[in-house]
Amino acid sequence: MKDERILMGNEAMGRGLVECGCEFFSAYPGTPSSEILAASVGFAKETNAKMHLEWSVNEKVAYEGALASSYTGKRSAVAMKQVGLNVAADPFMRSAYLGVKGGFVLVVADDPGPHSSQTEQDSRFFAQFAKIPVLDPSSPAESKAMVQTAFDLSEKYEIPVMLRPTTRVCHARQNVSCDEPVFMERTPRFEKDPGRWIATPQFIPELHRKLNEKIDDISKLDDFRPRCFKGDGSRKATCIIASGVAFACTYDLLEDMGLLGQIDLFQVTLPYPLQRNFIEQIRSGYDHILIVEETYPVIEAQLLDPRVQGRQSGRIPNRGELTPDVIQGALEKFLDLPAGEAPPAAAKGKRPALCAGCPHRAAYYAIKTTFPRGIFPSDIGCYTLGMNFGAIDTCHCMGACISQGTGFYFAYAGQEDPPAIVVSIGDSTFFHAGIPGLINAVFQKAKFILVILDNATTAMTGNQPTPQVGITADGTPGKPVLIPDILKGCGVEFIRECDPYDMDDFSAHLRDADRYCRSVEGGIAVVISKHPCLLDRSIRDKQPVFEVEVTEDCTGCEECLNEFECPALLLDKAEGRVVIDENTCVGCGVCVSVCPMGAITRK
Amino acid sequence: MMKNIKQQIIVSGVGGQGVVFATRVIAEASMEAGLNVLTSESHGMAMRGGTVVSHIKIGAFKSPLIRRGQADVGLFLTPANLGVHRDLMTKEGRIFVNTASSGDYEHCDATTLAKDAGAVVVANLVLIGYAVQTDSLFCTAELMKNVIRRISQPKQLELNLKAFRLGLGVNGTTQK
Repeated sequence: MKDERILMGNEAMGRGLVECGCEFFSAYPGTPSSEILAASVGFAKETNAKMHLEWSVNEKVAYEGALASSYTGKRSAVAMKQVGLNVAADPFMRSAYLGVKGGFVLVVADDPGPHSSQTEQDSRFFAQFAKIPVLDPSSPAESKAMVQTAFDLSEKYEIPVMLRPTTRVCHARQNVSCDEPVFMERTPRFEKDPGRWIATPQFIPELHRKLNEKIDDISKLDDFRPRCFKGDGSRKATCIIASGVAFACTYDLLEDMGLLGQIDLFQVTLPYPLQRNFIEQIRSGYDHILIVEETYPVIEAQLLDPRVQGRQSGRIPNRGELTPDVIQGALEKFLDLPAGEAPPAAAKGKRPALCAGCPHRAAYYAIKTTFPRGIFPSDIGCYTLGMNFGAIDTCHCMGACISQGTGFYFAYAGQEDPPAIVVSIGDSTFFHAGIPGLINAVFQKAKFILVILDNATTAMTGNQPTPQVGITADGTPGKPVLIPDILKGCGVEFIRECDPYDMDDFSAHLRDADRYCRSVEGGIAVVISKHPCLLDRSIRDKQPVFEVEVTEDCTGCEECLNEFECPALLLDKAEGRVVIDENTCVGCGVCVSVCPMGAITRK
Repeated sequence: MMKNIKQQIIVSGVGGQGVVFATRVIAEASMEAGLNVLTSESHGMAMRGGTVVSHIKIGAFKSPLIRRGQADVGLFLTPANLGVHRDLMTKEGRIFVNTASSGDYEHCDATTLAKDAGAVVVANLVLIGYAVQTDSLFCTAELMKNVIRRISQPKQLELNLKAFRLGLGVNGTTQK
């Protein structure tokens, strides 16, 4: 019987990896890629597939592990979000030269928009930069099928192959057919080859020549000649070239506008290297050419033709997600059609905020009120939402806040009465890329406060376990690596641990830390803010509940709304005072310490 | 004939209201009804209590996104989102809102009914029940109920079914 299931794009790719006999799959969570590995864990269990599955400490580590596995001949894969590839860029670039043995697929999820990222960079350009092929799926079903294509291509040419879904593939759901996995169970065979696996500079020119040859050969494959949905010739010498979800949106739009079948529409599945004959076909056969692609002009740049209209020429906006509405506008202009009726502008929605009872909020409020003049470098995670109430001043890339702390310290060193520098970083982010920055800070004799927001999970991306928790991706125990041990190993001499729910105690530790930093012998002072994430319902059920109420003393000053921003505190505009939303409140009781009037009390 | 159905649905709410689960229920129901389906939903940063919307496209579509002015059915888990996502609806679109107050839409107080059923978080299933009994969706209440039975966590099943039935009963429909 046909096994058809509703799968999210990420689940479909996770399934695809299992079905293709992948034996090593590592990843670091990051929206929109996070669900791929968890899906593989589930499908491997379901089908009894033997796979090593790991949440690695970061993307570079994940990449290098999977790469070595491929050296032994096993099919291997690694998944990350687009900025994760920045972290893994070093092993990535070189892996193109050295190549692979067992099929090696890197899934890199882009986020046009962006919806949940610090850039909207196009990983297809990264693939072109590295000179490796990249596949661009337009739907969950296609993303699953492309896992197979990627493994086959990778094995045939001994080259890493990138599968580049975007948010609208990763977080789309579709009915997808599932097949039984192929069990490869290849015996590991690492063949020593110093000229390749060590590849000192003298070997690089030859490896580069081979890489050029591979890419050249791949660009000639007819399998990757873009599929054409033929027009009836009524629009002469006109074509639209699209890839990824932008292709899917263009197709639906043309159908909606009654234009499908009038214009030649091409779907590019391999944007780099663009198929050689296709380039020739477009240049010689068309005069009006529109390219619809996300997010940068990768196909456009390879066509190198002044008649091409796209992101570079300005026909398509040169930034942002290509929603159907944006594509509609571009199509109307490209085809000289009257502009469709512009719908009324929509109101802005509600911004996200830290959850009710979130321990980060308590820690941040304590930091802010203890150091009103402080500088607050921070980092990437749920806690970036601290910006809503002025609790953080910077957010750059994973782990940057600690090095930024060092930078701020030396910039202000020697000034009279320098501001307190209070760096905040989550536990998972600390493991990911914070540790080298900390070693550097200690060694350079920087002095600042480092607050590690330890909620015992990777909360923003769906509560993946951290090394400290000691649970591996498939739920089996690993060996926990403890943050205090790391801190000591990095040479930190001031380490405190405190539950931020106890705000007085937490603030007292912060003041101690500040005194230490300002003392002659001082250095980096670490305060670990320790309270588990409440998204795990069992944690919430275990902790005491303090029922709170707002008394008549509330003056409606909004301190608790603006400076604390708990979603369970609402302004009753008619009464001009604050009320508690019982449906949202988890009874953490922290807000009692926040009200300047003492009007929030425990029942 | 069923196979020719095309329907575009949005589910609008804020993170934590179960927009994703509601989307899954409708997507699974489409498959059960023998129809192709594509959905798009919000994850990550957007989900911490922020405004979220899911798009569900049933029938022969390639893209998971609904263009403005094209949705046939809108399920609004909060009336606050009417101003944000109503632009996705067609002029004739059926709008179902979780609210006690009436307006130019169909509505039921799903949150209060969900609370009666046992938990505010099942307001999503109340609203689906309410919408399906108006015959404005692509499938029957019975089919939807089977889907809820199939995909609910065992611990949540009774609560989910109860919420769905409360939604079905809003307009006095007889319940099995």
